[in-house]
Amino acid sequence: MEPVLLRARGVSDSRSIATYLAAGGYEGWKKALGMGPDAVTKEVLDSELRGRGGAGFPTGRKWSFVPKDHPGPRYLVCNADESEPGTFKDREIIEYDPHQVVEGVAIASFAIKANTAYIYIRGEFVRWARILEDAIAEARQRGFVGKNVMGSGFDLDVWVHRGAGAYICGEETALLESIEGKRGFPRLKPPFPAVVGVFGQPTVINNVETLACVPHIIVRGAAWFASIGRPKNTGPKLFCVSGHVNRPGVFELPLGVTFREIIEEHAGGVRGGRQLKAFFPGGSSAPILTAAEVDTMADFDACAAAGTMLGSGGIIVFDDTVDMVDVADNVAHFYAHESCGQCTPCREGSDWCMDILDRIVAGHGRPADPDTLLRICRFSSAGMTICPLGDAFALPISSIVNKYRSEFERRIASATPLPQKKQPVLPWAGPCPGFGI
Amino acid sequence: MSTRPIVAASPEALQIVTFDATMEARIAELLPRYPTRRAAILPLLWLCQERFGWISPGVVRAVAARLGESPAFVEGVVSFYTMYQTAPPARYVLQVCTTLSCAWCGGRELVAHLKERLGISFGEKTPDGVFQLVGVQCLGACGEAPVIQINDDYYENLDIAKLDAILDELAGRS
Repeated sequence: MEPVLLRARGVSDSRSIATYLAAGGYEGWKKALGMGPDAVTKEVLDSELRGRGGAGFPTGRKWSFVPKDHPGPRYLVCNADESEPGTFKDREIIEYDPHQVVEGVAIASFAIKANTAYIYIRGEFVRWARILEDAIAEARQRGFVGKNVMGSGFDLDVWVHRGAGAYICGEETALLESIEGKRGFPRLKPPFPAVVGVFGQPTVINNVETLACVPHIIVRGAAWFASIGRPKNTGPKLFCVSGHVNRPGVFELPLGVTFREIIEEHAGGVRGGRQLKAFFPGGSSAPILTAAEVDTMADFDACAAAGTMLGSGGIIVFDDTVDMVDVADNVAHFYAHESCGQCTPCREGSDWCMDILDRIVAGHGRPADPDTLLRICRFSSAGMTICPLGDAFALPISSIVNKYRSEFERRIASATPLPQKKQPVLPWAGPCPGFGI
Repeated sequence: MSTRPIVAASPEALQIVTFDATMEARIAELLPRYPTRRAAILPLLWLCQERFGWISPGVVRAVAARLGESPAFVEGVVSFYTMYQTAPPARYVLQVCTTLSCAWCGGRELVAHLKERLGISFGEKTPDGVFQLVGVQCLGACGEAPVIQINDDYYENLDIAKLDAILDELAGRS
């Protein structure tokens, strides 16, 4: 397909506002100001654009949840916290076309009548935070951002807010806490951010890629956007392919292509002439798919039907040399490190999974371990935690145990018992009667 | 959850720092961006890390005093995020990605090589204070695996030869 979001990739000096304007940049912003907020929201609603951050929630509907009669300020937040393993698409957009993001932020802010927008970017992305700041400064200089934008009477401030190393801050309510200057602890919902968001005011949080789609929808129309992809899964999508492929990278394709096409044609197939064994279809929080499931369509609904999720579109490919027990262990380490610690099932569950998997990897697995892992995962997911991080480790780990159980059993069959350590007796606590310490 | 070793602070580290005119100018730029002063904690901590090299207990107290928060609250924020340095870092902090794509595309080999070449493990510094080795989670550059972030900069598509050349150059600079 003709590149939309990545049209600037490979263009010289693609980041400058002059290049962006020459390619028709900020036309969407001008048009939106003439249309008015309700017409902008309706256009995005009609395009059936779904959030590209992972959940796939219809963007226009999210905007429409902001109370119309709210007397105080509202906020727009652009989520550039991109931390899901396997995902590196937002960085690509910012690297080549930061003004696309600024324009999307401006239009979305106007649609929800927000005069302040924050772009929350992960702390590690120092270079990309600077790129965004430079782009905002350029846009301000040209009057696309600031007081009385293009004489419309609409004021807009856009600020970059850097995170400081926490995967959980990609979760929208943790992100809001982080903007407010606190530890990134997710909030209970409801109330949803559209009603009570950052600083207690209505807030819409959209992913970088979602917002980058918005100017194109305004300029070319909802019908054009909806003509790409499949019904209810419309538009171009950035797929990030990494792992054991010949050409890893970011590919812009219509939603609904198959994972086979993405992996074999666009990413050049599995490297070294080896066979595909498994892949994460949408970041490591998505249940894993096997080589036999590679003809699944890469869109929100087809992935849900296959028992997984499109997530952020981060496809991690494993060839037939990979031991899936090691993959489960690596995943467990990630989530045990990134759990915020607020909810017991997630904090303890991710840690226990990591300990059990470490033990199996060290050659001391026990026959009951696969079932114990599945039990921990069951108790950590499906609404047992405030935010979806519980599911984010439980679903991939349980999918690996279920689909590759024989690999766990093979390791456990040749395992030796863990050398028994003497239980330490704490100096300040006597032995608890009945526990045999 | 990330856990950090608790290290007793030296008397100098406990000393509350002062913000000079340049810092104050940057703080004045920052505050109007948010409706609360508390929201300036993260950006102010970034400024302090840039200026003082790390977030000492004295920095925590200064940030708290400047924004009208308790030192305990600011300390709570600092300890939540992994990128605020709570001990003086080495000149070059090698943050090696250990997550999926990097781990399976050469990251493990890089870690083994770094440990051998520098004679240190994760979390340690070389005795000359030039290099520090840190194992980190996904850096969001999986298409360029394996990836190492050295201070603020990303180094991508690495192999042992490229990494050695980078380390030689950095060691020569210090």
